[in-house]
Amino acid sequence: MQTQQPLHPGLFSWPGSSPQLLGSRCKDCGEHAFPSQHSCRACGSERTEVVELGNAGTLWTWTIQSFMPKAPYLTDETPENFRPYGVGYVELACGIKVESRLHENSANALRIGLPMKLEIVPVRLDNDGNQLVTFQFRSAEAL
Amino acid sequence: MTDVAIVGLGLHPFGRSPSLSGLEQGAIAARAAIADAGTEFKAMEFAFGGSQDGGNADSLVNLLGLTGLQFTNIWNGCATGGSSLNAAYSAIKSGQYDMGLVVGFDKHARGAFNPQPKDWGLDDWYGETGLMLTTQYFAMKIQRYMHDYDISRETLVRVAEKAFRNGSITPTAWRQTALSTEEIEQAPMVSEPLNKYMFCSPAEGGCALVLCRADIAQKFTKNPVLLRSAVVRSRHYGSFEVFSPSQAPAVAPSPTVTASHAAFEFAGIGPKDVDVAQLQDTEVGAEIMHLAENGFCEHGEQERWINEGATEINGILPVNTDGGCLANGEPVGASGLRQVYEICHQLRGTAGKRQVPNAPKVGYTHVYGAPGISGVNILTT
Ligand SMILES: [Zn+2]
Repeated sequence: MQTQQPLHPGLFSWPGSSPQLLGSRCKDCGEHAFPSQHSCRACGSERTEVVELGNAGTLWTWTIQSFMPKAPYLTDETPENFRPYGVGYVELACGIKVESRLHENSANALRIGLPMKLEIVPVRLDNDGNQLVTFQFRSAEAL
Repeated sequence: MTDVAIVGLGLHPFGRSPSLSGLEQGAIAARAAIADAGTEFKAMEFAFGGSQDGGNADSLVNLLGLTGLQFTNIWNGCATGGSSLNAAYSAIKSGQYDMGLVVGFDKHARGAFNPQPKDWGLDDWYGETGLMLTTQYFAMKIQRYMHDYDISRETLVRVAEKAFRNGSITPTAWRQTALSTEEIEQAPMVSEPLNKYMFCSPAEGGCALVLCRADIAQKFTKNPVLLRSAVVRSRHYGSFEVFSPSQAPAVAPSPTVTASHAAFEFAGIGPKDVDVAQLQDTEVGAEIMHLAENGFCEHGEQERWINEGATEINGILPVNTDGGCLANGEPVGASGLRQVYEICHQLRGTAGKRQVPNAPKVGYTHVYGAPGISGVNILTT
């Protein structure tokens, strides 16, 4: 039976009613990282733990990917039906900024400081017909 | 301790050379540099060389002669040329050698680079979902910078205009056609706010320099250029770098800032002493940000500087007089050495139509590249 599966394990808590990004927190210096890291980039400690990073933040910077990237880009899109997509860094409550695809893909829909929320979206079908999903952010304003 | 001098300059023009391998372009540059110094390859006691896609630099001995010299391959991304120069500087400064060669060359496929996540310690999802593009990083860095320091789109256009205007008077440049404001403004958008004419392209080419002890330099040239410092630095925790799935809460200075500080300190020279500079301009935003990161102006001052013509060939700090990466393209292994080649011509007074007036005496070069590495060289007459 075909199912929905995460494109990569450990990036977000899923399935569930309110998926959260998952990352790591250093037990020695308290710094967070996404995705979770076995060793801390701030202090080099190997004492890290996986924690929920939340599902909301504000847009710190952004751009729009206007042409279809070459490999390793891998989706179900073709050059004919490729749609430009937004890319940004979203600042989370813990302070780190996470790089993400954005639902919005036009310059007039995006601005620094925009409140954003996490969503789980399809990427492509795998060889067995399973739907692979990943995370992205979308504007939380005026919905 | 002896000073270190650059006494030979060689370049194979950047761009596209379908009939030549990358290695052959490196050999042409090396021969030109050695001839410029009036000497022979067998006089080279050492060589440091590097290439990303053009093969092993030490294969050059098959073309230049099997003389038995110490030939060390250097690969350090965009800072490859800077790292080779740093190694050559140390080899001469330490007294180990009197004379040697630094060479870089490359031959990249057309179109944007397509780096693989595994090579950068990342998992496949990062590339598969379309986040592994250097163009996005550069666009997002300047987007935030424009917001923080109130830099306008017009300034981005002006930087591109200058690059192609300088390229049009540089016989070895790849792009030798000046572009109008309208042509640049109306080019297709690549990654908001940067369009097609605001990015450099991967290219081909070769560049080489002959270095020796300063006290014997007059045997090889009447106008040696002194390499006063050659510094390479990597990133700190918190600097905003390419291929980063997340960034730290606190923003740390970029490796450019630390490399620049160290280079000025070693050389005993300050930013106000610099007469001509080459700053990494893989896109127009980089040139704007690098003006401040290298200490030439305050953050946010760039718009006024550029409007006043400060970075033009006749300005107070001419920047990228040969059109930089924007007009020359970027063969990664050779690009940093091209900057030094151009500064040496400016300091010799042999830069032709693009010569900076009033006999410049202090030059500066800067590269920055993935995953957060920077190289700075300071040169004087
Ligand atoms: Zn730590």
